[in-house]
Amino acid sequence: MQQGTRADASPADAPRVSDDLDAGQEPEIAEELLVEEVSIDGMCGVY
Amino acid sequence: MTIASGQKTPSERVPALVEQFKGGLAAPICLTWEWTYACNLSCTHCLSSSGRRDPGELTTAEMRSVIDELRAMQVFYVNVGGGEPTVRPDFWELLDYAVAGGVGVKFSTNGLRLDAERAQRLAATDYVDVQVSLDGASREINDAVRGDGSYSMALRAMENLAEAGLANFKISVVMTRHNVPQLDDFAAIADRFGAQLRITRLRPSGRGADVWHELHPTDQQQREIYSWLTDHGDRVLTGDSFFHLNALGGSPLPGLNLCGAGRVVCLIDPVGDVYACPFAIHDAFKAGTVRAPGGFAQVWRSAPLFAELRTETSGGACRSCSEYSACQGGCMAAKFFTGLPLDGPDPECVKGHGASALAAVQGGLPRAGTDHSHGRREVPLGMPSVRVPAKLCDLSPLAGTA
Amino acid sequence: MTQPFEPGCGYELNPAVAIRPEPFGALAYHFGNRRLSFLKAPELVELVRGLGSHRCVSDALTAVPEGRRDACLRALASLAAADMIVPQTVRSEEA
Repeated sequence: MQQGTRADASPADAPRVSDDLDAGQEPEIAEELLVEEVSIDGMCGVY
Repeated sequence: MTIASGQKTPSERVPALVEQFKGGLAAPICLTWEWTYACNLSCTHCLSSSGRRDPGELTTAEMRSVIDELRAMQVFYVNVGGGEPTVRPDFWELLDYAVAGGVGVKFSTNGLRLDAERAQRLAATDYVDVQVSLDGASREINDAVRGDGSYSMALRAMENLAEAGLANFKISVVMTRHNVPQLDDFAAIADRFGAQLRITRLRPSGRGADVWHELHPTDQQQREIYSWLTDHGDRVLTGDSFFHLNALGGSPLPGLNLCGAGRVVCLIDPVGDVYACPFAIHDAFKAGTVRAPGGFAQVWRSAPLFAELRTETSGGACRSCSEYSACQGGCMAAKFFTGLPLDGPDPECVKGHGASALAAVQGGLPRAGTDHSHGRREVPLGMPSVRVPAKLCDLSPLAGTA
Repeated sequence: MTQPFEPGCGYELNPAVAIRPEPFGALAYHFGNRRLSFLKAPELVELVRGLGSHRCVSDALTAVPEGRRDACLRALASLAAADMIVPQTVRSEEA
């Protein structure tokens, strides 16, 4: 089983926000993402 | 943005963020709080139609009480604006009170009060960030929107902040038809002062409604903005205000990429009214007031408007579009103030659906809920609109004595 | 850049990070680098909060149901990369 010791990509790589957009994705290919990271400036509605 | 693990597991799926917002968050993630409607400037596109102080503004005691609530709710960070927040005589006291309580503050300013001494004081204060507004990388382009002298004032403030060692302060730009060609120049200004550039979307809110049709970027310029942002990755902030451009395809811009109104953000205005979003100052988006029993917490948790905004929307007319999952139907405020239905396309829909919808709009448009503009509002005809306060006390009874 | 994540080492929540409980788990905000993380499982939140009281991450993981351990480990690795959790500092009273 793959160990999760690899440091995951930093936000500088701009990975996708996958799980809140793909309502139709099948369970068997869904990634279990327990941590989702956003910049504090990443919320719309702040000028 | 997600940290992609690259591993497939058969475990139960973690619900999408949008679903998780249905129950509401314990507190806003990021809250905009306008501390005054008074302003020394009269920018043509001001989202809050600021200028004159409202006599009903929250008192110092009421402000402290709201800060107490934010602390209790564990709000991480407040974006303070206005008008020009530093015009309030109690600005510095309230700033200190907020950060002492562990509530981070970023305040938006046109640079009015940021002399060398205050810049040094800010640099020495934890949990404070400063955002200087600038809408042109040249005096000509900037002052056409913000008024004579505003460019100089902003740059002087930036010099003071840089000199004081306040690292990574923000320079925030509203993108218009006239400044899109200056994107690289803005980046250079930010580099020059050790600041971080932030570009945001022009909305037809407040006085913005008067100038939106002439000032909003063209379709081609929207593509340029998107491409430029993609090139600049995380170095340039956007406040997630360009998520509607994700429908252009390519890699999605960093951010939550959905409308945060009433779900992760909201606005508290200078008289204590709570709105879903600072771009939506109108009764239709008013959730309540901090002056009612239960204060801000009660409004955030229980306002019917917010409950409604937190339920997942059907997408309406946009649902059948191939790009809906990327753009989520765009900006609610942009639709509202251009007279478009909320369940239809954004006026700047990159597929062109908004343009067709705009052509069909008939009748009057919704007017901003409040108007504190200096003098009479006029639609500028391409000339710099210079308005000066008739009296100093339009700013504050203590103006000129600080 | 932070060091590689080592589950055999002790970690703790970075003192610069505030955690706020939410219906889905918690929000964690790093006041220094201004990064915000959504912790989307209550067991992850408990794990993170209790990290500092375990000798090492592997020990802390024993409290997590086996089916969730791998996901939690990956989550911790990404939190470490974001500086939200940091190697435990040596304290004079450490056993």
